[in-house]
Amino acid sequence: MLIRSLARWMERESAVTPYDDYLNRRTFLQGTAGVIAGGALALGSGRAQAAVSRPADGEGLAVLPGVQESPLSTSGETLTPYKDATSYNNYYEFGTDKGDPVRYAASLKPRPWTITVDGACAKPGVLDVETLLGMPLEERIYRLRCVEAWSMVIPWVGVSLKAVIDRFQPLSSARFIRFETLNDPVQMPGVRRAVLDWPYVEGLRMDEAVHPLTILAVGLYGSVLPNQNGAPARLVVPWKYGFKSIKSIVRISFVETAPLTSWAKAGPTEYGFYANVNPAVDHPRWSQARERRIGEFRRRETLPFNGYGEQVADLYKGMDLAKFY
Amino acid sequence: MRGRQQGGGLINPRWFPRWLKPVVHAACLLPLVWVVLAAWQDRLGANPIEAITRFLGDWALRGLLVALLVTPLRRFSGWTAVMRLRRPLGLWAFAYALLHLLSYVVLDQYFDWAVIWGDILKRTYITLGMASAVILLVLAVTSIPALIRRLGGRRWVFLHKSVYLASVLGILHYFWMVKADTSSPWLYAVCLMFLLVLRLPFPHRRNPALKS
Ligand code: HEM
Repeated sequence: MLIRSLARWMERESAVTPYDDYLNRRTFLQGTAGVIAGGALALGSGRAQAAVSRPADGEGLAVLPGVQESPLSTSGETLTPYKDATSYNNYYEFGTDKGDPVRYAASLKPRPWTITVDGACAKPGVLDVETLLGMPLEERIYRLRCVEAWSMVIPWVGVSLKAVIDRFQPLSSARFIRFETLNDPVQMPGVRRAVLDWPYVEGLRMDEAVHPLTILAVGLYGSVLPNQNGAPARLVVPWKYGFKSIKSIVRISFVETAPLTSWAKAGPTEYGFYANVNPAVDHPRWSQARERRIGEFRRRETLPFNGYGEQVADLYKGMDLAKFY
Repeated sequence: MRGRQQGGGLINPRWFPRWLKPVVHAACLLPLVWVVLAAWQDRLGANPIEAITRFLGDWALRGLLVALLVTPLRRFSGWTAVMRLRRPLGLWAFAYALLHLLSYVVLDQYFDWAVIWGDILKRTYITLGMASAVILLVLAVTSIPALIRRLGGRRWVFLHKSVYLASVLGILHYFWMVKADTSSPWLYAVCLMFLLVLRLPFPHRRNPALKS
């Protein structure tokens, strides 16, 4: 019996993705929504066909129009099925079980939504999510490596964080950037328990923040973000462990010193500020050498910087990555 | 033991119908049937291997706690014959622990002995789980009737007290594994403490209502 389900998972590993489903539905929808989305969606040939796909099973989330594919997307990876990417989440504000976010995140109200931008910048202000959605949106297919040694491949939709940052003109004294998640016990049942010190806080060094791979995502699989994936806007930093990619952001601050991030505060010996994916530096309690790609049976080798070393390794030149984990 | 006389009268101490053992076995089989079926139907979510390993670990621990419930049950109900369920329940707990271990070795690590060995030595939570599993193995083997006789009652009883140690290690194993939310291991810990408290000697109290 088990054999059969094992065979099933292995099958999932090789070929079966819901990709074709999305493509078919896309062709169909293109007819109807052609006026709004047609031009941009049909962009180019071959890969462009595959660039923008849709959520499965009538989730009813708004499709993002005009999404461009990006040369910065990771190629040659099989996308994680939409259902897996949206039902197996770490989002402690909705509970610590990975099934909790999809179960409880319906209470989150992602519109209207604004992000306060403050700190060491010339033009502090408020960023409306609608503004973000109005910017030129790109699809970025990235590997996502969780600190718990599992991984996915997700087609995010978003804008480069740099484009957002530039609007607020950070000062040269801004060496770090700090992000904060919504902390509302009414919308988020999980924050009623002090599992972490709410609100969830994350941070990047400024050069990491403006790196072309770093994005602010507003969607995945061609549609707006489901609540459990961090609606309406979240960070995605593909070469770092997933917990760096903070969800449902309400505040961005330019700061002079490295912010104390949530997991580093909860377990300073286990989670560092950098949290770059690194197979050579184990989590004190488990190995980071290999990972289980969701949908696959055998574990695979974890790549340094999650496979993005060519683009980002320079940022850490001369640093002892075992010390700055 | 003193406990044997307490609280009697509610139930015939020797009551042990024929169907009881089969029903208990069937009940113990249910979680296993459920998880096999769920795996078969692909209902275990995005990470079925993790789900199976965790499910089996949970039931190993629950099984231990249920087996530890038998003695207090006899003590407080006077139902002596319930003791005949202790061995099957303990063996079921061991069975789930073994399946849990197999799930880790086969599904999670796929016989990667180098990694498994490294885990046992380096990863405290695996070391604790392993220690617990080894104790349970010894207890399971020494509950073969011929071996019980060979050991002799007193030594057997002494040896089998280490079931408490196995439970404590199992719970520590869980504590050590979680990232931040310790509520589930705490729940198990509180249950175990409660079961231990139920074993404390206490002054004999006569309940007139029960005497009639
Ligand atoms: C050599 C022995 C053992 C090994 C290698 C082992 C391994 C593991 C692993 C890898 C996990 C984490 C699963 C995951 O998150 O993917 C786990 C969880 C767990 N194990 Fe074990 N284990 C062992 C023995 C035991 C024993 C003897 C018990 C119980 C008496 C036990 C009870 C549990 C429990 C309760 C969990 C947590 C389940 C949950 O999260 O719901 N383990 N074990």
